[in-house]
Amino acid sequence: MKELTVISGKGGTGKTTITAAFAALAQGQVMADGDVDAADLHLILTPRIKKEEAFYGGRAPLMNKDKCDECGICMEVCRFGAIHDFVIDPISCEGCGLCMHACPNDAITMEEKFSGHWFISDTRFGPMVHGKLGIAEDNSGKLVSLVRQQAKLIAEEENKDLIIIDGPPGIGCPVIAAITGADLVLAVTEPTLSGIHDLERVLGVAGHFNLRAMVCVNKFDINTENTEKIKEYCRERNIEVVGEIPYDPIVTRAMVARQTITEYDSGVVTDIIKRMWARIEAGLGNGFER
Amino acid sequence: MIISISSGKGGTGKTTIGTNLALSLEGVQYVDCDVEEPNGHLFLKPQIEERISVGIPVPQVDKSKCTYCGECAKVCEFNAIVVVKEKVLFFPELCHGCGGCSYICPEDAIEEVEREIGVIERGKAGDIEFVHGLLNVGEPMAPPLIRTEKQFINNDKTVIIDSSPGTSCPVVEAVKGSDFCLLVTEPTPFGLNDLRLAVEMVRKLKIPLGIVVNCCDIGDREVWQYCEYESIPVLMEIPQDRRIAEAYSKGIPLVEEIPEYRSRFQDLYNQIGKRVQEESG
Repeated sequence: MKELTVISGKGGTGKTTITAAFAALAQGQVMADGDVDAADLHLILTPRIKKEEAFYGGRAPLMNKDKCDECGICMEVCRFGAIHDFVIDPISCEGCGLCMHACPNDAITMEEKFSGHWFISDTRFGPMVHGKLGIAEDNSGKLVSLVRQQAKLIAEEENKDLIIIDGPPGIGCPVIAAITGADLVLAVTEPTLSGIHDLERVLGVAGHFNLRAMVCVNKFDINTENTEKIKEYCRERNIEVVGEIPYDPIVTRAMVARQTITEYDSGVVTDIIKRMWARIEAGLGNGFER
Repeated sequence: MIISISSGKGGTGKTTIGTNLALSLEGVQYVDCDVEEPNGHLFLKPQIEERISVGIPVPQVDKSKCTYCGECAKVCEFNAIVVVKEKVLFFPELCHGCGGCSYICPEDAIEEVEREIGVIERGKAGDIEFVHGLLNVGEPMAPPLIRTEKQFINNDKTVIIDSSPGTSCPVVEAVKGSDFCLLVTEPTPFGLNDLRLAVEMVRKLKIPLGIVVNCCDIGDREVWQYCEYESIPVLMEIPQDRRIAEAYSKGIPLVEEIPEYRSRFQDLYNQIGKRVQEESG
């Protein structure tokens, strides 16, 4: 079984558009949305939810006012400034539990914290696992790991040999959770200074975890000089640039129609994505078992 | 006044709005709290004057004192410290630096040492006071760096905070405590879906908010319908323009490429000021 994760560093470069197109082009895959924080893949794949489960991301302190004698020790030990006037602010709280251990009156207990949901669904392109982190919750990395784990179970059960994961932006914990152990990451970038800057950082993270990466330059014609720079950068590091997609308003129209670009149109963008997918598939099949 | 800029969806134009707002006003402070992928410096091109290493306190076990009782592992909610027979294993990336292990250790065998997770750089870009944080590559946890960065907020100035996309902990850390949150979106299904999440987050933080619709002439009209239904003010609209996109790609600020935008950003600032006054009055 192979796992491909689509990432970008910078947000809004086209991860989900491209992942959704892969869903339509690939065969025998399980889709996983590794963006549990601002997930969009479901808008195109319109999953029918078969199973919904609660996600408990960790524990949170609960204060029993009756036992509290307002000694203030909890406020002293908390390093996150999460307790004011003997009230715990759930937004600042990191859930470390030190307040519970420090409280001389056992007025604080740690309770499992409901932090979101995860789903197993059917789509027109096969099974999909996705999650929804509660607003302003932490532990998105844990939920991403859970989504990947469930996708693997389904792949095993249904004899599927590929999992395609739509990754989150950035380089922090949910990104790390979405890529560690993947067979291949595809970094989608754009030829802007921001895109290049963020690509370098996210490829750094992939390198840090010894992952093989490929690059796709979206809207490459916005600045062809920068596109050349990206290709040069990748060449020097032996990273294959598998696709250069031109800017085309048809991409937004497909999104508004809630279709993948390959379903919506058979023009140049679809053509390029098809060729890119063939290269990725070949790469995935080419025995670069980690 | 602290104005934070956030979005839900990435790539909608947070940095464009933040940097151009900073460039259109006088003597503001720009604080880039997108420590995973900060981009503001690419447009403001600041002279960096100071570099500050930021770490979190992590445990260091004194083996001569440790009895391998396992209390530290029991207290750690993040499984960052594990005791196996006569060995204490520590996983630094999981550690939140809460100090629970050293607090609980009955033998006083745990000392805390700083472990760097990123740096903060400070400097000047013209009359703009510039601050940004850079999370070290491979580090998972942005919030402690953002927390430290926000200690450099200059309360005598108008402060513009740029955040990362999404609605989870790094975004909350960046946005909380601000007087107004500007959410930048685009009028597409992805833009609207993520805008709804961002609005929920900002409302949870009880911060007044307004919307900037970028590339306002693409997609559909649902973002405006949503804003009207939710009584959220749309404070600015920027059309899709190849000239803007090309300038952006080169790191040229919008107000330099098309100077007429300067007064539009000043107007945006005035609208925000009015709304903040109304809220507090």
